[in-house]
Amino acid sequence: MKKLKIGDLEKIREKVAKTRVLREGKARARITVHMGTCGIAAGARDILTTLMEEIEKKKITDVIVATSGCAGLCSREPMATVELIDKPPVKYVDLTPEKIKKIFAEHVMKGKIVSEYALAVGSETTH
Amino acid sequence: MQDLSLHILDIVENSIDAGATRIEIMVDENIKRNLLRIMIKDNGKGIERKELKKILDPFYTTRTVRRVGLGLSLFAQSVKEAEGKIGIKSKVGKGTVVEAIMKYNHIDRRPMGNMCDTIMTLIGTKADSIDFVYKHCKDNKCFRVDTREIKDILKEIPISNPEVIKFLRRKISSGLRKIKAGQGFSLVKQKVSKSQDLHHKLSSEKGEKK
Repeated sequence: MKKLKIGDLEKIREKVAKTRVLREGKARARITVHMGTCGIAAGARDILTTLMEEIEKKKITDVIVATSGCAGLCSREPMATVELIDKPPVKYVDLTPEKIKKIFAEHVMKGKIVSEYALAVGSETTH
Repeated sequence: MQDLSLHILDIVENSIDAGATRIEIMVDENIKRNLLRIMIKDNGKGIERKELKKILDPFYTTRTVRRVGLGLSLFAQSVKEAEGKIGIKSKVGKGTVVEAIMKYNHIDRRPMGNMCDTIMTLIGTKADSIDFVYKHCKDNKCFRVDTREIKDILKEIPISNPEVIKFLRRKISSGLRKIKAGQGFSLVKQKVSKSQDLHHKLSSEKGEKK
């Protein structure tokens, strides 16, 4: 059976451990992608994959990517909520990988809300 | 849902909602027997017997906000379309097993889809608190990932670290490619009619170009 090669993972562990000490600070932002049945069917997985790849590319460690259930607005999926520390959360609707890239670059990295994709400002609740 | 990997993600979300701390995902592509088997096993809170009966009904849900719950019903529909069967076993306090078996070469069987994206979605967002075991077999070749083993090596480094995620994404994607997961069936072993043969040649060529 093919399994993951452990040696390479150990190398990564060592590399990450060295740089990690420098930034033990808390997360600066959280992006929640809604992963209910409706979200998944509308393409939420691609949104999340795009986000994760952006974070991998830019090696960002102070942004958390999370998932949640259906937020009750199935017709506007895929949706994501961006929360910056000390700022009210913003919900984005009808997302595409291109839109989330822009939101990531503008809102998460520069703190500027991309109002043309936003639904409203308010707190995160699901179910 | 466009493909089975999305259905799997959706069913696993149920396990996460049920408070599972360990979720096993098994995919078995058995070409010899022309069967595709998918199993999702969790140690969540389980489902009560009287609820289990109603579970495939799209107008049944444990949610209180809305009165429809489509995840399992949609999966059951996809499975049935490929002359398949779905079974759900559950014990309160122990966990739930969802198992689906369908005809591999059925024309209406949903494609496998991108299993790597499904697994990485789960590992990237949930593996800090939930253990995932993913085993994918194609005939006799299998690929397996166990996040407990990964976490043992990583020690204090979280599995959701971007460097780790990038590494795992690459490894899982190449591991699945090596066993030819979800890539139709090998034409040599399968006795198929000429038209079917051509269809599969065409679809596998399309896949390669991607």
